[in-house]
Amino acid sequence: MHLETRNLAIGYPEHRVAKDINLTARTGEVLCLLGPNGSGKTTLFRTLLGLLKPLGGSITCDGAELTALPRQEIARRIAYVPQAHNAAFPFTVKDIVLMGRTAHRGAFAAPSPGDHDAAMEALASLGMDGLENREYTRISGGQRQLVLIARALAQAAPLIVMDEPTASLDFGNQIKVLSRVRALADQGPGVVLSTHDPDHAFAVGDRVVFLDQGGIVAEGAPRDVLTPERLMAAYGIDVDIVELAGGQTVCAPAYRNT
Amino acid sequence: MSVREAPGAPLLPAWGIVGTRTVATILLAIFASLVGAYPVTLGEAARIFTGWLAGRPDGSTAETVLLEVRLPRIAAALLVGAALAGSGAVYQGLFRNPLVSPDILGVSTGAGLGAVLGIFLSLPIILIQGFAFIGGLATVAVVYAIAAAVRGREPVLVLVLAGVVVGALAGSMISLLKVLADPYDQLPAITFWLLGSLSSIRPADVWSVLPAILAGLVPLVLLRWRINVLSLGDDEARTLGVEAGKLRIIVIGATTLMTASVVAISGVIGWVGLVMPHIARMLVGPNFDRLLPASMLLGAGYLLGVDTLARTMSQVETPLGILTAFVGAPFFLWLLARGRHGWE
Repeated sequence: MHLETRNLAIGYPEHRVAKDINLTARTGEVLCLLGPNGSGKTTLFRTLLGLLKPLGGSITCDGAELTALPRQEIARRIAYVPQAHNAAFPFTVKDIVLMGRTAHRGAFAAPSPGDHDAAMEALASLGMDGLENREYTRISGGQRQLVLIARALAQAAPLIVMDEPTASLDFGNQIKVLSRVRALADQGPGVVLSTHDPDHAFAVGDRVVFLDQGGIVAEGAPRDVLTPERLMAAYGIDVDIVELAGGQTVCAPAYRNT
Repeated sequence: MSVREAPGAPLLPAWGIVGTRTVATILLAIFASLVGAYPVTLGEAARIFTGWLAGRPDGSTAETVLLEVRLPRIAAALLVGAALAGSGAVYQGLFRNPLVSPDILGVSTGAGLGAVLGIFLSLPIILIQGFAFIGGLATVAVVYAIAAAVRGREPVLVLVLAGVVVGALAGSMISLLKVLADPYDQLPAITFWLLGSLSSIRPADVWSVLPAILAGLVPLVLLRWRINVLSLGDDEARTLGVEAGKLRIIVIGATTLMTASVVAISGVIGWVGLVMPHIARMLVGPNFDRLLPASMLLGAGYLLGVDTLARTMSQVETPLGILTAFVGAPFFLWLLARGRHGWE
C-alpha cells in the first residue's frame, strides 16, 4: 500500500499548523516523524486518520482520495495506535483487541469466532498470549501499549499509525515496544510513528520526516536528516551523532547550562 | 471480579450470574403477587392462574386482586426497572462515566414538566402520560440541538452541560407550576408524580409502554458491540471504523424512547439507572453483550423488590423515588468506599 500526501495543509480553520506537506508511507517500512512540541505531529496524524479535515492539498491511499472514503473503509486501510491510555471501563485485553475487528463487520454484528482467532493471533504475535482474560486497566503501561498494537494488527490494515508509542513507558518497555514495531514492519504492514527521541529513529526508522516551522524541513534516511545542525536549529542544543562499534547510531547531547 | 478471571471459561460464570438472577427475579415476582393488603396463598394463586389460562375465570376477589391489580403492577415494576437500568448502562458507556444516569440529558425532568403541566391543566390521566412522554423526548431533542449548534468543542462535554442547563430550566418551570397549582387538589398529585409510584398502574398502561420500550431496546441490542467501541471515545471509535456521531444519535434516541415511556407511567424514579448498571458491571464486566442483559435483570428485580416494599411496609404507600434513594444512596456510598471496582 501507498499513502501519499500532496501539498497537504493541516490545522484548524482559525489556525494553520503546517503546510506543503509531501510525504509517502509504504508497507514494510518504518517512517519516523520527528519535530519539536507544537510542530504538528499529532495534527498530521489526526489528518491522516481522517479525524481532521485537511485545510488544503490531498491525501491518497493507493490512488483513492482518503477524505472521500467512509470511516469503515479508512479503518480497513489505516490502523491507529494511540498512546497507552486508561480505558474508562475494565474491558478484558481480548475485548480491546477484538474491537480492532469492528471495521470488518456489519453495524449489528458482534465478533465472530474468526475474529476471536484473529485477536488471539495478534496477541500471540506480540508475545501477549496468556493475558487475554486480564483486565486492560490492570496491566502495565508497556503491556497496554502492546495490546493497542495487537488491536491494530487485528484490524489488519496495511498501514499502522502510532502516536508516540514509547511515551510514558519505562526505559526497558520503550526498547521492547520498538523492537516489536521493527519486527512487525519487516513482516508486512507499514508503520508511521512519531517520537521525540532521535535514537529511536536511528534504531528502527527506514526514513525520517522532520517537521518544524510549519512544514517538513527534511526527509530521508535517519543519518541524513538527524544532523547536529538540524537538531541545533530545532531544539537549540548541541548534540554529537556517534556510530558505535556495533554499527548502532546514537545521539549524544551535551549537557550544560545555557 | 474474580468470577470472570477464571482462566479458560470466562463466559460461563457471567451467564451463570444472569441465569441465577433470572430465577431470583421470577421467584420474587411470585412472592410479590402473594403479599399485600389482600394476601393470597400460593395454592390459591396457582388455582386462579390455571383457571385464567383455561379461560374459566371464577370472579372471586382474589382473582381480581391478582390479575387486575398485582400482575400489571409487577409487570410495570419489572419493565420500568429494566428500562431505567438498561438505559443507565448504555449512558454510562456513551458518556464514558460510571456516575451518569439516564437523567443526564434531562429526560426525567422534561417528562416531569410535561406531567406537571398535564396535572395543572386538569387533563385526564392518559393525556398526562402523553405529556410526560412528549416532555421527555422534547427535552432531550432540545439538549441535542443545542449541543449540535455549539461546534468546535468536545461534543460529549457540551451535551452534558446543555443537559444540565436545560434540566435546570425545566426544573424551575416545574417549581413555578407547583406555586401556581391548586394546593389541595393538584399539588398532592404533582408531588406524588414527581416522587414516582406504580400504585395506579392499569393493565392498559403496561401494554401501551411495551412497544415503545421494545422499539428502544432492539437497536441497543443490535448495536451492543459498537456501543463498546464508542466507550473508548469518539476519536478512537472513528479510527476503528465507527461513525461515532451518528451512532450516538441513534443510541440517545433509543434510550430516550425507553426512559421517557416508562417515566410516563411511573413518574420520576431515581437511582435505579445509576446504581444497577454499576453492580451489573461488577458482576459481569463492561462488555455490553453481558452488561445490558445483566443491568436490565438487576434493575427489574430491584424495582420489583422496592415496589413490593413500598406497598406492604405501611398502610400508606411510600413513593418509590424516596425508597429507591433510601436504599440506593447508602449502597452507592458503600460501593465508592469499597474501591473503584468497575471503572478506572
